[in-house]
Amino acid sequence: MAKIIVVTSGKGGVGKTTSAAAIATGLALRGNKTVVIDFDVGLRNLDLIMGCERRVVYDLVNVIQGEANLKQALIRDKRIDNLHILPASQTRDKDALTQEGVEKILIALREDFDYVICDSPAGIERGAQLAMYFADEAVVVTNPEVSSVRDSDRIIGLLSSKTRRAEIGESPVVEHLLITRYHPARVTGGDMLNLTDIQEILSIPLIGLIPESDAVLRASNQGVPVTHDQKSDAGQAYVDCVSRLLGEEVPLRFHEIEKRSLLARMFGGGRK
Amino acid sequence: MKLLDFLKRERKKTANVAKERLQIIVAHQRSQRDQPDYMPMLERELLEVIRKYVQVDQDAINISLDREDDCSVLELNVTLPRPGEKN
Repeated sequence: MAKIIVVTSGKGGVGKTTSAAAIATGLALRGNKTVVIDFDVGLRNLDLIMGCERRVVYDLVNVIQGEANLKQALIRDKRIDNLHILPASQTRDKDALTQEGVEKILIALREDFDYVICDSPAGIERGAQLAMYFADEAVVVTNPEVSSVRDSDRIIGLLSSKTRRAEIGESPVVEHLLITRYHPARVTGGDMLNLTDIQEILSIPLIGLIPESDAVLRASNQGVPVTHDQKSDAGQAYVDCVSRLLGEEVPLRFHEIEKRSLLARMFGGGRK
Repeated sequence: MKLLDFLKRERKKTANVAKERLQIIVAHQRSQRDQPDYMPMLERELLEVIRKYVQVDQDAINISLDREDDCSVLELNVTLPRPGEKN
């Protein structure tokens, strides 16, 4: 029986898709059979981040409307055998997504997988609500920036009222805070909200902290989730985040200004 | 002298400003989180009724719904202008 985890944020551009791809990849690398679903109907992008955009034949909406079965629509990741992608449709209108349709797909996937990761679209409309509706856990992606924090708080409110668990009175969706694009030097300089402030305002536990990193753009350019770049700070930070999702205790990294050795400073010390 | 002030002035940490603003707006959002859908309408209509008798501002009225176990308490606070003050 799979665990369903929604990656959500409210605000756009904070790193939901990057995080969904990186977390799904990390879970699969740890041996879990994982599927990641793009809920952004009309504006799919998970396929690009996962590097399988040219292998999309059928999508989520095709399956809901009975034009294809799940097996036909699932794309097997070319790097990891136990990782699958279910792309969103690019052209259909958003009403094509129905609660019954999504439920059917999730019930089927639950049987076969260990983890189902739902990549939510931005906003609080239908796509976002359906992405979170059946979730067991939620990763709330937040940037250290006022509009992102405020929108995350709105999403946290919806998680505790507009989900299946809330409606039928089951134990609530387990919420996790994932801070992305964190810049320790700017935090020290007093121009960026620090992680304790963000945590204090949102008051949900921290599952990970991803530093602002060149590796993220390099990863999306190539269509290789950043988790594969184990030399990079962001790649390592996502691995830590996945370990915590799996219940392990891992000390926080990358939240302080890096102390570089004299030699590293002189020679510019390697790629980040 | 102005130049000296400018140089000496301590730059206000913008992250602290962000935190203060967020704490206020988030507290406000949360107070509205669990309220029933009719609350904004109820608030508006109550304000209209009060305004028939006393001229008060929009922010002079504060309405909240507190739930305790098996009953809910609707609390209405209206700040009236000082008597004698012309409105």
